[in-house]
Amino acid sequence: MLLLIPAFPLVGFLLNASFGRRVSKGVAATIACAAMLMSFAVSVAAVARLVGLPADARAIAQTAFNWIESDTLKIDLTLLLDPLSSVMILVVTGIGSLIHVYSTAYMHDEADPEYARYFSYLNLFAAFMLVLVLGANFLVMFVGWEGVGLCSYLLIGFWYQKKSASDAGKKAFIVNRIGDWGFILGVLLVFVRFGTLDFQKVAGAASQLSPEATFGTLSIITLLLFIGATGKSAQIPLFVWLPDAMEGPTPVSALIHAATMVTAGVYMIGRNAVLFGHAPMTLTIVAIVGTATALIAGTIGLVQNDIKKVLAYSTVSQLGYMFLAMGVGAYAAGIFHLYTHAFFKALLFLGSGAVIHALSGEQDMRKMGGLKKDLPITYWTFVVGAIAIAGVPPFAGFFSKDEILFRTFASGHTVLWGVGLLTALLTAAYMFRLVFLTFHGSRSQSENHSNHDNLLHHSNDLNPSNHSHLHDAPLPMAIALIVLAVGSITAGWVGLGGRFEKFLEPSFGPPLSESRAGLQAGLAEGGVETTLMIVSVVVALAGIGIAAYFFLKNRAAADRMAERFSGVHRVLEHKYYLDEIYDAAIVQPIQIVSEDGLWKGVDIGVIDRTVNGVGQAVSGTSEVLRLFHTGSVRAYAASVFLGAVLVLGYYLWR
Amino acid sequence: MPTLNDYLILSAILFAIGTAGVFVRRNLITILLSIEIMLNAVNLSFVAFGRSLGTADGQIIVFFVMTVAAAEAAVGLAIVIGLFRHRESLNPDTFTSLKW
Repeated sequence: MLLLIPAFPLVGFLLNASFGRRVSKGVAATIACAAMLMSFAVSVAAVARLVGLPADARAIAQTAFNWIESDTLKIDLTLLLDPLSSVMILVVTGIGSLIHVYSTAYMHDEADPEYARYFSYLNLFAAFMLVLVLGANFLVMFVGWEGVGLCSYLLIGFWYQKKSASDAGKKAFIVNRIGDWGFILGVLLVFVRFGTLDFQKVAGAASQLSPEATFGTLSIITLLLFIGATGKSAQIPLFVWLPDAMEGPTPVSALIHAATMVTAGVYMIGRNAVLFGHAPMTLTIVAIVGTATALIAGTIGLVQNDIKKVLAYSTVSQLGYMFLAMGVGAYAAGIFHLYTHAFFKALLFLGSGAVIHALSGEQDMRKMGGLKKDLPITYWTFVVGAIAIAGVPPFAGFFSKDEILFRTFASGHTVLWGVGLLTALLTAAYMFRLVFLTFHGSRSQSENHSNHDNLLHHSNDLNPSNHSHLHDAPLPMAIALIVLAVGSITAGWVGLGGRFEKFLEPSFGPPLSESRAGLQAGLAEGGVETTLMIVSVVVALAGIGIAAYFFLKNRAAADRMAERFSGVHRVLEHKYYLDEIYDAAIVQPIQIVSEDGLWKGVDIGVIDRTVNGVGQAVSGTSEVLRLFHTGSVRAYAASVFLGAVLVLGYYLWR
Repeated sequence: MPTLNDYLILSAILFAIGTAGVFVRRNLITILLSIEIMLNAVNLSFVAFGRSLGTADGQIIVFFVMTVAAAEAAVGLAIVIGLFRHRESLNPDTFTSLKW
């Protein structure tokens, strides 16, 4: 049964890839959506069966075939459904289905073959993502891991005729490659150390060891795996690809670059919770990197003007939260945030897509405003998403974010908690800045802006319609928005009373130290949890308040602030000049070494010279030997005779 | 009754004459004739050895040599005629390049 889950999207991909260009849009979209919905139905059935099992036996494995067998290396193509992967497949297939439905309307202005190509990529992505989360060993996961990277590349560069889009696709692929390098090294080291790649066996072997106090093999393994996670999940230092990935169609940003693929790194750490649990030093690094990413991305998000870029940095920031949770050992909280984030971030992206759709491709928030009346469905669902991400109860984001902050505090990382809280403030502020700039105020000052951006952005994306005649989200888009909005409100409720955590617990192995759990229980009893909860709600509301003051009431004040701190503002606007720094520190040296060293030095200097040298040596020798070929027959005859005489003489007088 | 040695000496003399002819003459046809003399010198030693050893092997080989020599003479003369048409000369020293 498990095999069917990735098989449906794969079949959908094959059908659309083979015959998509010959059928109408309706057929292509139906195939793709049906594949996802069937996959979702099977997932629900499988998870229902899993939940029916007793808590300590919740794992269903299915082996398709023996994949690789070579000496001690034995790898089966096995899929494993346990509480952790069940959460993931529900997110991937559920939200994936909604985004497929949404895409049918969003991409409707594409030509028929392009439309089918889009859906075939989307289905292929879903298939690989499901392989990633269902894989029962590192190698099967790696297949999915690489596959989603490929689909990400294909979909970012979907409008490949636009240079910025194809560049962004390449950037995403190359940056991911750096992370994958770490991941594959980590996997190899796991095999060297444990002799197996099966997650459960590795976890079983690792749980026998004592946690590493110093930097040992386990720390190196987990650190390498974490490098893989930073690439896939857009963390420092490899997060630069995600904002650029917004060149892809908006539903793709929602599915791949918000809800599913970018959370693969978090999932991978959760999958190897036992391994990471035994490497406390790596966990500390994970927590610090996560927090730093959350803060840095949050500050950048505060000043971006492209609606999708704001959401992209917001995604990076929220992923940082998840890594913070993983780093402090609160795996369940991290996965919980992954799950709620999938709802509200997909909602926000799809909402921004509806805005972009309505405005014929306009993405600059400065040219928006006052859309509240024209796009009521988009507006209200978007506000739900924004409240959810800001962390106001009882919306989904509150429960998961509060859980992470509480766990961080409880584990003694007070500084990280403080930074996390600051990031929560930033999150609320930049998200409501986006809401106020886009939907409130007036658009009068933007009317005189020319439409030239439409030609730059998405020239073949959306039909150029008149700005004054705005249309709200069409039915398929509205359905997806409303369902996700409901999810953004209610998704957090499953975590009430620690039910979510208890459900996931078997996947993370036994808690490492009883004392820490005891400490947390003590804090909870002492009312600390309630206090922290109130603090984070106040912070969220404060963030919304700040945004309301600057961008709703008094927009001039925001401009004054930007002028007053123009230096800071410029640094933030240029994303801390990270792209420039990477260009100068990595790209340029590589290009210089490649051009002057490898090309002009090694290729021309060594390889070409060797090859040419051999040729020249042969022709030089021939030049000398040529002199013996006088062409005089009698000279040849004389030499033959002389030779014969010498040979004969040798034998006669030997 | 001449002995084997007498035949071999005669053969050596003939071979030396042929060799000298190849070296000193400047006419291709004469050179070909000299080569024939050398071949026949060898033939002579073959039959002499054959008779002395009382077998037919030497004579059989001589028949082979004669056939090949006939073919060689035919081809060689044809080439000589071709060369002469090109150069109006039979001096081998004028044919020192492979193509012209």
